[in-house]
Amino acid sequence: MSVTETGLPAATRAEYCVVACAEAWRGDGEVLASPMGTVPAIGARLAKLTFSPDLLLTDGEALLMADVPAIGQRPGAVEGWLPFRQHLALTATGRRHVMMGASQLDRHGNQNISCIGDWGRPTRQLLGVRGAPVNTLNNPTSYWVPKHSARVFVERVDMVSGVGYDRAAAAGPAATRYHRVPEVVTNLGVFDFETPDRTMRLRSLHPGVTVEQVTGATGFALTVPDEVPFTREPTEAELRLIREVVDPKGLREREVPA
Amino acid sequence: MTQDKTMTADDVVGRLRSGMTIGIGGWGSRRKPMALVRALLRSDVTDLTVVSYGGPDVGLLAAAGRIRKLVAAFGTLDSIPLEPHFTAARQSGAFEMVELDEAMLMWGLTAGAQRLPFIPVRAGLGSDVMKVNPALRTVRSPYDDGEELVAAPALRLDAALVHLNRADAQGNGQYLGPDPYFDDLFCQAADHAYVSCERIVDTADLLKEHGPQTLLVKRLFVDGVVETPNGAHFTSCVPDHDRDEDFQRAYVRAARDPEAWQAFEARFLCGDEAAYQAAVAAFHQNRQDHQDQQEEA
Repeated sequence: MSVTETGLPAATRAEYCVVACAEAWRGDGEVLASPMGTVPAIGARLAKLTFSPDLLLTDGEALLMADVPAIGQRPGAVEGWLPFRQHLALTATGRRHVMMGASQLDRHGNQNISCIGDWGRPTRQLLGVRGAPVNTLNNPTSYWVPKHSARVFVERVDMVSGVGYDRAAAAGPAATRYHRVPEVVTNLGVFDFETPDRTMRLRSLHPGVTVEQVTGATGFALTVPDEVPFTREPTEAELRLIREVVDPKGLREREVPA
Repeated sequence: MTQDKTMTADDVVGRLRSGMTIGIGGWGSRRKPMALVRALLRSDVTDLTVVSYGGPDVGLLAAAGRIRKLVAAFGTLDSIPLEPHFTAARQSGAFEMVELDEAMLMWGLTAGAQRLPFIPVRAGLGSDVMKVNPALRTVRSPYDDGEELVAAPALRLDAALVHLNRADAQGNGQYLGPDPYFDDLFCQAADHAYVSCERIVDTADLLKEHGPQTLLVKRLFVDGVVETPNGAHFTSCVPDHDRDEDFQRAYVRAARDPEAWQAFEARFLCGDEAAYQAAVAAFHQNRQDHQDQQEEA
């Protein structure tokens, strides 16, 4: 097993993903971080413990946690109350950055979590649109895809739940006003929409992943810059926080197996 | 003395009619008025339009073919992401669906309660919610911004069914968990509202141990109060009880297979509420006995 300079076991793929998710909330200031999925939840907690200390986090129910307990643990102290009605209303204030999952995602950042196939009679009913429409129109919405594949990254999603850049633009100024999809994190890399036509670009590769692997697992033409950096290394302090404080049970490795 | 509104779950269902629009409180697999839903299943009321933050309430009604139209943003069991009967019903085209965003549903109920035709929201613009609901309209702000927003239409209900921790006989409903969900809103948006609860208490006792903000539902919106201990089962009703995860898993396993579902119905859903609660107790006793046997072996 490879190790860091001081002898810690080297970062796993899951741990690169945690750090990449955490980076989504860098510089966000005092907003609610709403992570969906295990790795984003670990990432948000890591961000709060390190470079984004002003973030607010819920316990997954109606309470805002005053501390940062391990995943699955109850907070030691509570700093606020955020029942569903307030959470939905908070979305429209914009003081929130959510990281949602995606069953399908296209090159413009349109996301589908509703159903697969024809909406009228789906071949596979999924969750329903849930809060994806309100999220994407009102506050920054990033995505987390634990298993990057051409089944997820498709040319066209079956039911636009979360709104991407092309659909927002077509819907007009009221739709684009607060619309932003900062990034997409997957088990292979980090992606954004920093291209002239606001289509998806490969921003960084997790160490050990090749460009060919990514393009081969993506069902549309991805913008790939000439030089693609690697996702940054976790610091030793971050690795300790992930392993000992936030996720001592190693749930991250179940979501992103080595 | 104000009116005593206590009644039985079957009395509530006796006031419902086929073809009605029914709102169901709670959220996913949390504090659902399941005893009222089970009573509905024992009746012949059908052809319903159901408005819900959908959980097993939607699942059971869909499995029994009682839903003509569902107005919802999701169907979930929370700890199990997909509601199996909801997904099966959608995949077989069993009912008409009005798929709205979670916030649109909230503002639609708010508009219904406030007797407004709609409330303008940003949610929905650009999404396929507009496409699959061709009746949805946008509205242009009459002010200088001129923004064109979605007019989230009022959701008016013939009846609302909610489950709370406590209530008095007059219909004042109290929640003791961390989240009120939208139960007060469902009651306000309905022509008639029915509150089931874990325990009916004297009005004077409502605030003995709890603050006034726990009084969620006011009696002027409530037509009937039903005492149904464990009436939210198998969904959560904290702090009275957590979700019954073992039972929920058994429900999902049964729902995946028509034969297993028939057996589940025969075992749990063919009698009255007392029979249901007894069958649930027996389910847990069997599991316990089985575990004991395994430990001995």
